[in-house]
Amino acid sequence: MKNHCWLLLVLLLATSANAEIIHREKSLYRDLYIEENDGLRCLIFRARGDRKSNQSCVYLQRPDVLALSYTRMAMAGLFLKPQPKRILVIGLGGGVLPRALRDLYPQVDITSVEIDPAVVAVAKRYFYFQEADDNRVVVQDARVFVKRAGLKKEQYDFVVLDAFNGDYIPGHLMTLEFFQEVKKIMTPDGVLVANTFSRSELVNHEAATYQKAFGEFYTVSQRDSGNRIILASNKPLPKRTEMHRNMLELAPQLTRFAVESRKLLNGLDRTPKWKRSAKVLTDQYSPVNVLNER
Amino acid sequence: MLRTALLLLMSFTMGFAIMSSELLGGRILAPNFGSSIFVWGSIITVYMLALSLGYLIGGQWSMRAPSFRKFGLLFLVAGLSLLHIVAFDQWAMDWVFVRVEDPRGGALLASMLLFFVPSIIMGVAAPYGVRLLVESRESSGKAAGFLYFVSTLGSAAGTIMTSFYLVVWFEIDQIIYCCTGLLLMLGVLALLIKGGSDAGATEVAS
Repeated sequence: MKNHCWLLLVLLLATSANAEIIHREKSLYRDLYIEENDGLRCLIFRARGDRKSNQSCVYLQRPDVLALSYTRMAMAGLFLKPQPKRILVIGLGGGVLPRALRDLYPQVDITSVEIDPAVVAVAKRYFYFQEADDNRVVVQDARVFVKRAGLKKEQYDFVVLDAFNGDYIPGHLMTLEFFQEVKKIMTPDGVLVANTFSRSELVNHEAATYQKAFGEFYTVSQRDSGNRIILASNKPLPKRTEMHRNMLELAPQLTRFAVESRKLLNGLDRTPKWKRSAKVLTDQYSPVNVLNER
Repeated sequence: MLRTALLLLMSFTMGFAIMSSELLGGRILAPNFGSSIFVWGSIITVYMLALSLGYLIGGQWSMRAPSFRKFGLLFLVAGLSLLHIVAFDQWAMDWVFVRVEDPRGGALLASMLLFFVPSIIMGVAAPYGVRLLVESRESSGKAAGFLYFVSTLGSAAGTIMTSFYLVVWFEIDQIIYCCTGLLLMLGVLALLIKGGSDAGATEVAS
C-alpha cells in the first residue's frame, strides 16, 4: 500500500514539475487533494482522466491575493453592492472568497454552506480559513439550507453561489425554483454572484433561467478563464455610472487581492443573447450535466 | 406462446419502471433534501426494503390460484400506485421538511411516504411471474433465472434510458406518466388475452 502511494507520487511528480501533493483524501463526495507548486497551493478535486479542476488556490507568500481568476471576477459583485452586511457563500471550497470578504469588511456577518465536511477541514488546515461566530460554516446541502433559511425569514444582501465545479453541476442548484428560493432570502437590494462553468448548450438554458428569475443580469468572463460570473440583483440593475462610482471607491482596497477593478468593470456584459429554443430549467426539468456535455 | 411473450414483456417493463422511478426519486427529493449521500442512501434503502417485502408477498400470493388475469390486475394497481408519487410528492416533502430537521431522517421519511407502497407492489410481480412461467419442478430454476434475466435487463434499460435520455426529453412527471401508461396498457392486455385455463400456471408436481 505504501509502495503504491510512492509510485503514484513519483508519477504525479513526473507529470508536473515541482508539484508536490501534500494531502490526499477520499471524502464522502470526491477525491480531493492539495498540491503545492512554486509556492502556489491548490485544492484539487480529481476529475476524469488527467483533467484536474482547481477549486481554490492560495500563494503561500501572499495569502491575500486571489489566485484564481474567477475569484477576482467574483469581486465585481461589490460594484453592484459595495457595503454588504450579511453574506451567504454557497460552496466553501478553500474558503478563499469568505476570507477575502472578511478582510475587506471586518464587520460583516458571513455564513458559508458546504456539503462536504472534508472540504471544511481542508479549508481551515491549508487555506487560512478561520471559523468564528460571525463567520460560520454550515455543513449541509445548499438547497436545504436556503429553503430552511426562507422558512426562518433570514435575509442576506450578498449571496455568492460557488457550488459548481468543472465536472459536475448539482442540477437542483440551477433551477427556477431554487433561484426563487434564493431571491426570497435576499434583501430587496440584495445581489447574487454566481460562478458557473456552463458550456455549450447549457449556457442558453442557464441564461433563460436567470432571466426568468431575476430579469436582466450582468455577466463577467475573461479569456483566460473557463468560468463565467453571473451578477443578478433583486432590484433593477444599477447604471454604469453608479457602478463606476462604486468601483473607484473600492479599487484601492481591492488591489491587495490583485483585483484590477477598472478592467473588471469594463469586462461586465449585459444579459447575453441566447437561443430561443432554450428551456427554463425547473425542478421538473434539469438535466444540466447532460446538456453541459453537448 | 403469445402469453409467454407478453409475460416476458411485462416483466421487462416492470423492471424498467422500478429503476426509472428509483432514479427519478433522487430528482424528486433533491429540491427539499438536496443530493447529499443521505438522499441516495434513503431512496435505495426504501426500494430494497419494499422490493424484499414485495417478493415475499408475491411468493405467498402465487400459492392462491395464480392466473394471468390477476397478474394483469397487479399491473393496473402498480401503474396507478406510481401516480401516487406525482400526486403527493410536493405535499409529502413539504410536510416532512418542516417537521424533520435532520437530513437523514427527513430524506428517509419522505422516501418512505413516496416510494414504499409503489415499490412493494412492483416487487410482487417478480415471483408471481415466475409462478406463471414455471412448467415443472425440474425447469423451475431455469424459468426463474430467465425471468430475472429479462426483468433485470428491463431495470438496466430503465436506468440508462431515464438518466441519459428521458430526463433530457421530458419532465419528471411526464416520465412517471409514461411508466404508468405502459404498466396500465400491459395490464389491460393481460386481462384481455385468452387461452385455456391458466395454461402457464400448471400445477407443480408436489
